[in-house]
Amino acid sequence: MKSGSRLERILKAGQFALTGELGPPRGADADAVRGKARHLSGMVDAVNITDNQTAVVRMSSLGACLIAMQAGLEPVYQMVCRDRNRIAMQSDILGAAALGVRNILCLSGDHQCFGDHPDCKKVFDLDSMQLINMVKTMRDEARFQGGAEITVAPKMFIGAAANPFAEPHAFRVTRLAKKIAAGADFIQTQCVYNMERFCAWLAQARDMGLTEKVYILAGVTPLKSLGMARYMQKNVPGMDVPDDLINRLQGVDKKDQAKEGIAICCEQIQQLREMKGLAGIHLMAIEWEHRVPEIVEKAGLLPRPELQAEQV
Amino acid sequence: MIKATIKPLEEIRALVAPFRRVLTVGCGGCVSLCLAGGMKEARELNIKLRALQDPGSEAVFDDITVERQCEQQFLAALDSRVEKYDALISLACGAGVQFLAERFPHKPVFPGVNTQFVGVTLDIGWYEERCKTCGDCVLGLTAGICPVTMCSKSLFNGPCGGPQDGHCEVDPNTPCAWIAIYERLQQQGRLDSIADVMPARQWQGQTPGRILHPRYRDRYVHEDGNDT
Ligand code: SF4
Ligand code: SF4
Repeated sequence: MKSGSRLERILKAGQFALTGELGPPRGADADAVRGKARHLSGMVDAVNITDNQTAVVRMSSLGACLIAMQAGLEPVYQMVCRDRNRIAMQSDILGAAALGVRNILCLSGDHQCFGDHPDCKKVFDLDSMQLINMVKTMRDEARFQGGAEITVAPKMFIGAAANPFAEPHAFRVTRLAKKIAAGADFIQTQCVYNMERFCAWLAQARDMGLTEKVYILAGVTPLKSLGMARYMQKNVPGMDVPDDLINRLQGVDKKDQAKEGIAICCEQIQQLREMKGLAGIHLMAIEWEHRVPEIVEKAGLLPRPELQAEQV
Repeated sequence: MIKATIKPLEEIRALVAPFRRVLTVGCGGCVSLCLAGGMKEARELNIKLRALQDPGSEAVFDDITVERQCEQQFLAALDSRVEKYDALISLACGAGVQFLAERFPHKPVFPGVNTQFVGVTLDIGWYEERCKTCGDCVLGLTAGICPVTMCSKSLFNGPCGGPQDGHCEVDPNTPCAWIAIYERLQQQGRLDSIADVMPARQWQGQTPGRILHPRYRDRYVHEDGNDT
């Protein structure tokens, strides 16, 4: 066991994993985290706690991780390279591990120009690949990036993101291989809407033996409305929303679009479950945490596997 | 070369407002080539500053342009001129401004340009950044396209998940550096040069930089290892 996290144990046991997502609030509001956590509790195996997503300032991922843990969830601590140099990152990783956080997702991060402080100085001391590698070195060799020894190594299950839909398509699997080489234990993908392309990417990963080396969780985000679908299609970089999904939402009454979105989401999950080499689903119900129980239930993902008490 | 832009006139005016005799020092180097701080710009600036003067003001704005403000030998030409002025405006890059201020430490020296970047001239009046002077050039691995400068996130293992139609996620007018790197390497049959993870950088330039050219090193470093 690399970390002993619930997510790691479930994946290692060959169970189909389900992770969720929780976006921290824009204030020192612990109840907001607890409120969202309540909807996710018992529904997912672990929950990603985002790190100032879209470069908008929010409660720190680590702070929200702790509240989520107190509420009974297992967090996946998201960390982006935009805001911290390697000193701050390693120190936060030690702090997180000491507090009991066992999963980390290493990301480059959205550029600050998308957020509410576009004039800030970007950091990007490391990129996501180098961050993955740094966490692995800390965990497996008990060494800091600078070479010094760590007294108690942080036991983290290391996650990375992959976008099967981004250009250049031919390079995407190579990049996945690089993340694995850097030290990724699990992968959470960009939201899958284009099944065909995802299938092709996964097949390529399978052919290269990558699905044997890393657990891949397919990203899924329910479309709340036609407006959201259109927005995702046009404005979210690296997102591939096919026209037939837009047409399908367009075909139903406005008040029924959320229901249709959930139906689509459940169908997607069913299709994904059939794919060879896929280890789980990463369900990102953005500001829609309260609909997660319904989606998880309808998609047939309940009950979640029970595990014996954590042994680290 | 270094590219700069002239500071807003109002900002310069406010900086030198308390002084009666002001010498604007142009630089004949990089900043003159990007039409920001050469002889012509020094003269233009003074004309504008004079036009903004209050009626009855006795302020004097003179100009002089030296070959390059980043070299002692050219600054020496100013030694006899500077004394009669109360303040200097330097139109050189930030390095030149400091070198001027260092040579005349008793005179207030104000910058007249904003130093922008190390870049190229695409066409007359069109300059683009190409290098962040990171001190450890990786262009050999990246098909001659700088990931530090040209990728919005300075990624060494790109591209991120965001490029759209060859453009960077930050804006449709910025090409994605990593798509360009990928395509050029592919064209040259050298994709293996980005197949491996590029490790964390040893960033340089975190303290003021210094180069002692090997051929001249002995002049400045004594046997005991101490600098001059
Ligand atoms: S890698 Fe980029 S920033 Fe560094 S020296 Fe080369 S061109 Fe300049
Ligand atoms: S889209 Fe390309 S240039 Fe922009 S941040 Fe990503 S890799 Fe860098």
